[in-house]
Amino acid sequence: MTHAHATTADMMRAPYPAEPGAGIYSNKLGMWVFLASDVMFFTALIGTYIILRFGAGTPWPQPGAVLNVPLTAFNTFVLICSSVSMVKAFASIADGNQKGLRFWLLMTMLGGAAFVGVQVFEYIKLSGHGLLPSGFTDGSTLAEHAAGDPVKYGLASAGLYGSTFYSMTGFHGFHVTCGVVCMTWVYFKALRGGYTQQDYRGVEVIGLYWHFVDLVWIILFTIAYLI
Amino acid sequence: METAGHKHPNYIAIWVWLAVLTVIEVGVAFMSALPKLVLMLLLVGMALFKALLVAMYFMHLKFEQRTLRTIALIPLPLAVLLVLVAITEKIW
Repeated sequence: MTHAHATTADMMRAPYPAEPGAGIYSNKLGMWVFLASDVMFFTALIGTYIILRFGAGTPWPQPGAVLNVPLTAFNTFVLICSSVSMVKAFASIADGNQKGLRFWLLMTMLGGAAFVGVQVFEYIKLSGHGLLPSGFTDGSTLAEHAAGDPVKYGLASAGLYGSTFYSMTGFHGFHVTCGVVCMTWVYFKALRGGYTQQDYRGVEVIGLYWHFVDLVWIILFTIAYLI
Repeated sequence: METAGHKHPNYIAIWVWLAVLTVIEVGVAFMSALPKLVLMLLLVGMALFKALLVAMYFMHLKFEQRTLRTIALIPLPLAVLLVLVAITEKIW
């Protein structure tokens, strides 16, 4: 059997037992159906944010006034890098490269853990400066700044701002955390040689989840931090 | 059994696109010269393009069969509908 001219499309149709009719193996089909439901979950969060923000009728904090955009831009880059390392892990095992699989899975885990770590750091800093889901805390740095410039800091919308910000980014962070935990499980299975060029379903399925989490963050970063 | 590698998409090129677009997004977001609406449309457009790159190349939708692409696309019109219905709630 020769794979020399195998294409990416062939790689997507690896010879696993497929669901009748769909032609897709059940693990992958299940993950895509879950992701479809997760799209609706995040749509509810983002839709609520849009309605609350544009229906508030009061100024929203300007980009960069409350949040640390450079730090989160860096964190976005970290997550993008982890998405690339995930797809490299997938490509490695599709080519039968066990060493590459283990290396790139480790890089992905570290990238995901770093992302969550930076997000926790950001939350600690933000709450220290006075941004809570309920708004700006009395006597905090942010409350003082907002009193001096209520339009720039969106003083009248602070409660909505805090609650939507922590809801959207918090649920995303939870997704990343779950991804890192699952990735750790996949990594240890890979260390034991649990994936082969003939069967790498677990790698493909965790990869789909991971890229979806990256995709959602790309949208969230824009609407929560830049607009 | 010969096990030469598959022909993979250029993942590094996609990574460069994503990284460069992120830098451009941050740059554009702080350009106060653009009207707010134009800025928002531009930023959302770039974010959607980045999301499309991830879905097509990292999630391999570009190379998948039609059934799977359909499953992946089904929630999108529903998501748009959900937001539109909620936004236009006052009309009902």
